[in-house]
Amino acid sequence: MAYEMVKPPLLEVTRLGVDYVDPPRPPAAALREITFTVQRGEALGIVGESGCGKTTLMLALMRLLPAAGRIVAGSVRLDGVELLDLDAQAMAALRWKRIAMIFQGAMNALNPVRTVGDQIAEAIRLHEGVTARRTLDRRVEELLDLVGIAANRRAHYPFQYSGGMRQRAMIAMALACSPDLIIADEPTTALDVMIQAQILQLLAELRRRLNLSILLVTHDLGIVAELCDRVLVMYGGVMAESADVDTIYNAPVHPYTQALLQAFPDPTRPAQKLAAIPGAPPRLNDLPPGCRFAPRCPQVFARCRTAPPPVYAITPAHAASCFLVEPTEGGAA
Amino acid sequence: MSEPLLSVRGLRKLFPVKTISWRSRQQRFVHAVDDVSFDLAAGEALALVGESGCGKSTLALTLLGLEAPTAGNIRFERQELAGAPAAAWRQARRHIQMIFQDPYESLNPLMTVGEIVAEPLEVHKIGGNRDERRKRILLALEDAGLKPAEHFVARFPHELSGGQRQRVAIAAALVLEPRLLVADEPVSMLDVSIRAEILSLLADLKTRRSIALLFITHDLGTVSAVADRIAVMYLGRIVEIGAVNSVMTAPQHPYTRALLSVVPAPNPRLRRQHIILQGETPDPVNLPTGCRFAPRCPVAVARCRESDPALRPVAADHAAACIRLDDPPLFP
Repeated sequence: MAYEMVKPPLLEVTRLGVDYVDPPRPPAAALREITFTVQRGEALGIVGESGCGKTTLMLALMRLLPAAGRIVAGSVRLDGVELLDLDAQAMAALRWKRIAMIFQGAMNALNPVRTVGDQIAEAIRLHEGVTARRTLDRRVEELLDLVGIAANRRAHYPFQYSGGMRQRAMIAMALACSPDLIIADEPTTALDVMIQAQILQLLAELRRRLNLSILLVTHDLGIVAELCDRVLVMYGGVMAESADVDTIYNAPVHPYTQALLQAFPDPTRPAQKLAAIPGAPPRLNDLPPGCRFAPRCPQVFARCRTAPPPVYAITPAHAASCFLVEPTEGGAA
Repeated sequence: MSEPLLSVRGLRKLFPVKTISWRSRQQRFVHAVDDVSFDLAAGEALALVGESGCGKSTLALTLLGLEAPTAGNIRFERQELAGAPAAAWRQARRHIQMIFQDPYESLNPLMTVGEIVAEPLEVHKIGGNRDERRKRILLALEDAGLKPAEHFVARFPHELSGGQRQRVAIAAALVLEPRLLVADEPVSMLDVSIRAEILSLLADLKTRRSIALLFITHDLGTVSAVADRIAVMYLGRIVEIGAVNSVMTAPQHPYTRALLSVVPAPNPRLRRQHIILQGETPDPVNLPTGCRFAPRCPVAVARCRESDPALRPVAADHAAACIRLDDPPLFP
């Protein structure tokens, strides 16, 4: 994987930090030191429990943080262009056209009183300025075909679609302006296993056909193993570990990654005993002084409670934020 | 063997469909549960698995007396409940309790944890005086893993995490000392790290309190952590039933095989050949003739459309409903 470095990445996030401010209380450090890249055609999984900052990260990348959210550090580059320097108008022009999102809960994201075809056409009209009726119709049909929906379903309303079809329609809408990067936030959480398998198959196929980059945000380690090339494990607003999928699942070094894997059922090993992770993720307004995982960590030692561990590079493609992997010579990275 | 705690035979629940066309006079029905039979012993856990619309939740509601069965028998502790009067059901429900999917919606936000757990005692007018009730409530909370219980009684649901809320729901079910617990997708709204906790709590209650558990889920991944046996449902029918290990490691019905093949394994080295069924569960009103899985079955042949297969034993404590069971292996 060493020659990954040759091509400039599509998305490059460096030491991103986000605060939530709520005066007069001190700001809450929601994200710290988040660094990762996504290459063209690559799928990166972002994994963690509720409250680990996955959604804040997505919203920060799109510059859609709620009013209390502030990007306080770092850089987000798309094809070399710094997104954090763009004005609101330039950022709006880039959303949907270059970065599109697929949300969780497809059933609620569609407008119930307009046909699915109309809603897809609207996305094209608004973002690409296409108005010719015939062109729009053709594009809508192409998009529906791409996600496996028959053209005659164009005139139907969302309630006439099943959950799986609605999620397909949402994917069609995300693809409407041929984006380079798709951010999928728990895209299959509300769906049945078989429908989930269909949607994952569709995403994998679209990625191959359109050379899409995918940022898959989920708490489901199974679907990450299915779809992604690399994984970023987050905990309490910081990076715990990042590596290629094989390393994350077979040679994880961070105790949190290890615990998360122990808690996840493996259908190929029915006799496996599941181990829960005792305790709960930290609250942002009550963060521990040292490593954010220290209060729940089975391998905690004194130093973990005094200072947050930096991110150590184990190999060029594998990094972890834990004192256990601190290099013995040379000091911190 | 002694009589099982719960014995279900030929259970049917049909819902009449409102007919829009006045040309068709014939009343049509949704076949939600269609000829389901199984036994459940005390201290045993049966997982009921299937996709949305397979009838698993209707089956649960029927077992709680919240839907009246159209036909069939429900014997609970040697008493026939199908068609029994409301008073008999109320009596039985003390011993059959339910846990719902979403602990964010199933708990009253205006009641404290103590009040939520006390409510079933009030409804069933049991628990004696105040002190005794309090003792029962604290015990139920501790049994549900909320320790020390005194810390939780005065709290409101919004002060608790998702896992703690689900424990409150479990405590409210336990306070009546039920013999059968029906859990409808009890962990699907919870985080992965918390799922394992709740699953092991359920497994523990089953052994320690000898409670029978009907565990309803669409996620085959979570089944083995709790269940002893597993029943796979498709369109209102059990298509495969048996001991968890046997069904999970040697599934016989093509539907079970497909369902198992798409459960994502948490390791890229275990990426498997997926048998992805196209489309969705068909309309339970217009059932296909012959085997109801045939239209989506990857290995269906012409004779599958001719007769509706019944469950046949394939191993000790393992049966499947497919006419091709004796054919040479159907899948690689």
